[in-house]
Amino acid sequence: MASEISTKEYITHHLTNATMCNTETGVAFNKACADAGFWQWNVDTLGWSIAMGLLFLFIFRSVAKKATSGVPSKMQAFVELVVDFVDDNVKSTFHGKSVLIAPLALTIFVWVLLMNLLDLMPVDVLPSIAGLIGQYGFGMDPHDVYMKAVPTTDLNMTFALALGVFALILFYSIKVKGLGGFAKELSMQPFGHPVFIPVNLILEVVTLLARPLSLALRLFGNLYASELIFILIATIGFFQLPLHFVWAVFHILVLPLQAFIFMMLTIVYLSLACEDH
Amino acid sequence: MNINATLIGQLIAFTVFVLFCMKYVWPPIMAAIEERQKKIADGLAASDRAEKDLQIAQEKAKEQLKEAKQQAAEIIEQAKKRATQIVDQETERAHQERDKIIASGQTEIEAERNRAKEELRKQVAILAVAGAEKILARQIDAAAQSDIVEKLVAEL
Repeated sequence: MASEISTKEYITHHLTNATMCNTETGVAFNKACADAGFWQWNVDTLGWSIAMGLLFLFIFRSVAKKATSGVPSKMQAFVELVVDFVDDNVKSTFHGKSVLIAPLALTIFVWVLLMNLLDLMPVDVLPSIAGLIGQYGFGMDPHDVYMKAVPTTDLNMTFALALGVFALILFYSIKVKGLGGFAKELSMQPFGHPVFIPVNLILEVVTLLARPLSLALRLFGNLYASELIFILIATIGFFQLPLHFVWAVFHILVLPLQAFIFMMLTIVYLSLACEDH
Repeated sequence: MNINATLIGQLIAFTVFVLFCMKYVWPPIMAAIEERQKKIADGLAASDRAEKDLQIAQEKAKEQLKEAKQQAAEIIEQAKKRATQIVDQETERAHQERDKIIASGQTEIEAERNRAKEELRKQVAILAVAGAEKILARQIDAAAQSDIVEKLVAEL
């Protein structure tokens, strides 16, 4: 494909989501959705993320159903390793009692990790398959078929995770401190005098809002950049192979690290929200 | 790269996944892990206890063995003492028996000798009288010289 089109088009093609929307004539895709505004769905992001989520739940649920306290199977040992790792991190950071935090952290860690791992897929494989299906299944021009497989390179995905965490931050803040306590925390810190309320409010609200924003943008930025580099490497021809290998090896570190950071910050933010001053 | 309705879809998916994980995945796995941890802790405690019990039992056995050895030694000592005692007693008794037998033998011998002496005296008297009778038959009457014979018999 790269030979037929310019490098710019190639990169743009790889970084465009497959979208779906409703128009007057029915369900439409991609370019037809250009002016659908907010109400369009990135079907590749949705499809791959939900597939990864279901994979995670399927594996862990199948182990959970057969979980034994005796000698574990190899699969159970692996799952327990992950669960224990998450549980250790939660216990060392979050000192309250909550049935939600640990499963939440596990879901975030494994789900984000699985989605990130899609990044290691050679960049042309999934778009090519999607292009072929589009061409021979639906008679479309393969250049109009988009497939951005890594869900975490889509801001919608990372913001959805971050907003979910943000909602929990607000929920726990109000639940633990009460509405008044939460308001007081926002307005009477760090300077404990009524004169400083506007200053405090600005500082604290910015701090509060920066949390989901930084969560979402950190994950998105890392994954988007790495995907972009993978695509750039793919454009240089034969010598992409060693470069691609080095970059991929580096991402064996980066991808789990980003998943871990997202999980850890979630735990930290929620434990801060549950702390009563 | 725009924010669009996907965000809503992802939020719903996220919520559903977390709730499913919280209800059906986390509790059974955690329960299994905790139960195993408890089992292992119990096992370790039991093995500790068993080790202590074993030590106590070994000490007890050692003590009993020592006691038994001591008793055995005492019994052997007693038996030896008793044996020498018996031997001594028996020797003593045998000596006495011997002495008694010897003494009675001697008395018997004495009695026998006395009897034989008496007998011999009587025989010699008769022999003497017969000899004297034969010598004197030719010259004197036996009755007339009987007082002399009587005298002779008494002297023997």
